[in-house]
Amino acid sequence: MEMRVAAKGKEEVAKELVRGEVEEETAERIKEDFMLVELTVGLDELLELEIEEEYAEDILMMQGRREEGEVKLGDIELKVNKSEIPEKVKEELKEKLRAVRTKLSVEKLDAILNKVEGKYEKAKVEPREAVGIVAAQSIGEPGTQMTLRTFHYAGVGAIYITLGLPRIIEIVDARKKPSTPAMKIKLAEEYASDRTKAEGLAMEIEETYIQDMGKVEASTEDMSVWVSLKEKELKRRHLEREEVEEKIKDIGTDVLVEAVEDGKLRIHAKNNLYHELLRLEAKVSNKLVTGIEGIKRVIVRKDTDGEYMLYTEGSALKKIRGIEGVDFRRTTTNNIAEIAEVLGIEAARNAIIEEMMDTLEEQGLDVDARHVTLIADAMTMDGEVKQIGRHGLAGEKASVLSRAAFEVTVDNLLEAAMYGETDKLKGVTESVIVGQPIKLGTGAVELVAR
Amino acid sequence: MKKGKVSIREHGLVPKHEIMEGGEVKELLEKYKIKKEQLPKIKSSDPVIKEIKAVMGDVVKIKRRSRTAGKFISYRLVIE
Repeated sequence: MEMRVAAKGKEEVAKELVRGEVEEETAERIKEDFMLVELTVGLDELLELEIEEEYAEDILMMQGRREEGEVKLGDIELKVNKSEIPEKVKEELKEKLRAVRTKLSVEKLDAILNKVEGKYEKAKVEPREAVGIVAAQSIGEPGTQMTLRTFHYAGVGAIYITLGLPRIIEIVDARKKPSTPAMKIKLAEEYASDRTKAEGLAMEIEETYIQDMGKVEASTEDMSVWVSLKEKELKRRHLEREEVEEKIKDIGTDVLVEAVEDGKLRIHAKNNLYHELLRLEAKVSNKLVTGIEGIKRVIVRKDTDGEYMLYTEGSALKKIRGIEGVDFRRTTTNNIAEIAEVLGIEAARNAIIEEMMDTLEEQGLDVDARHVTLIADAMTMDGEVKQIGRHGLAGEKASVLSRAAFEVTVDNLLEAAMYGETDKLKGVTESVIVGQPIKLGTGAVELVAR
Repeated sequence: MKKGKVSIREHGLVPKHEIMEGGEVKELLEKYKIKKEQLPKIKSSDPVIKEIKAVMGDVVKIKRRSRTAGKFISYRLVIE
């Protein structure tokens, strides 16, 4: 306690603030406004109680007040944090207020905050607004301008990725596997800065079969499969001949592998049946030597931050996790079903938003993120990724008429009749069909006379 | 290839999930005047749910990062 009072420099103030778990940046900023003595009471309290940062700042702000009327950085921090506006608006507002702080008074600050809160309240969507329809229109209209071409250069070597409208359809259809699965693998520090290491890792994860390493031939003469490995391919992948030999032995317990003098491997067939020999040949050819199954090609590229990273054709998120040199935290795939399986539903929701926004942006279309967010929310509502369509969201509507109006009319009506379903006629489609006001927007409110 | 698996909760796409206390849940349901079943769902087989060891009937609080709002808190009911 005494030591603290003794130290009076601004730097000490900042240090104390950091010790009280106030963010360093904030501490740097507010140290100008406070004397150390003023801080001690607040700090002691907050250190004892382990109060959350925001709350801790509040206490500190209160302690720092000297005269009425003068606006300090602390006031801005405190008052803006307390206002009922979203985080992002808060940050922006703080930034702007700090710039004009000297011209402000407490009254003015309050007035500004009131106005901002009011404007935010007004900008909110009205209750009963048909947000789903607005979202559908907002994505549908620019969708007409999208390319219908399935393939497009992604700008990365020769890896093709489905883009444009086909990709959007793929996402909302919640396909189990995209037509062009691909991963973006970020690397751990030492690999990200070293091209050779990055390339080595690329080689390590790219799937390699025996047939990629040399020639595989079936000979009817001696009823065996002959493998001649290419020295160049072995070297490129840092593999020993013996390792490959071991891999071939993995095929089955009854496989007899024999190394012949001229570097060839002879694999004996079990019996003298021709189809057995052919089957053995196929088995040997398609034996995985190194890499991860499903990763067809890996390309090393430098990203915008100057880091080396890997782009892959094919996706295997689960297997890539835990490989040394891969920064799994920043590694993504365009296979949303895979993300849902490995990282959970919330990650899948984020992936849907990211993928859709990226696809739209790539086509030069500016769609508000909130429309896309709504779609992602609707698709992930029930804990699994559901498609928008007959087998997903639209197929689960409660109303018979609504489902029948959407697709396969007769089937829906027939089934409903069989089970004796009831339609409460509450939704939009049903209301249009029977000719009653739609319960949306102003149509959703009723006047009651008392 | 060494195995040194990172928790999936550290992945950039995964927001923070937290199991809510009974009182907190009650408060939430009262605020929106809804029943537990009206919340969005999350399966108990979800990898994140398994990691935080939430069980069926729990409500998880999810701190999402939002493009428009910066931070947004959402809730899901653990099912099956």
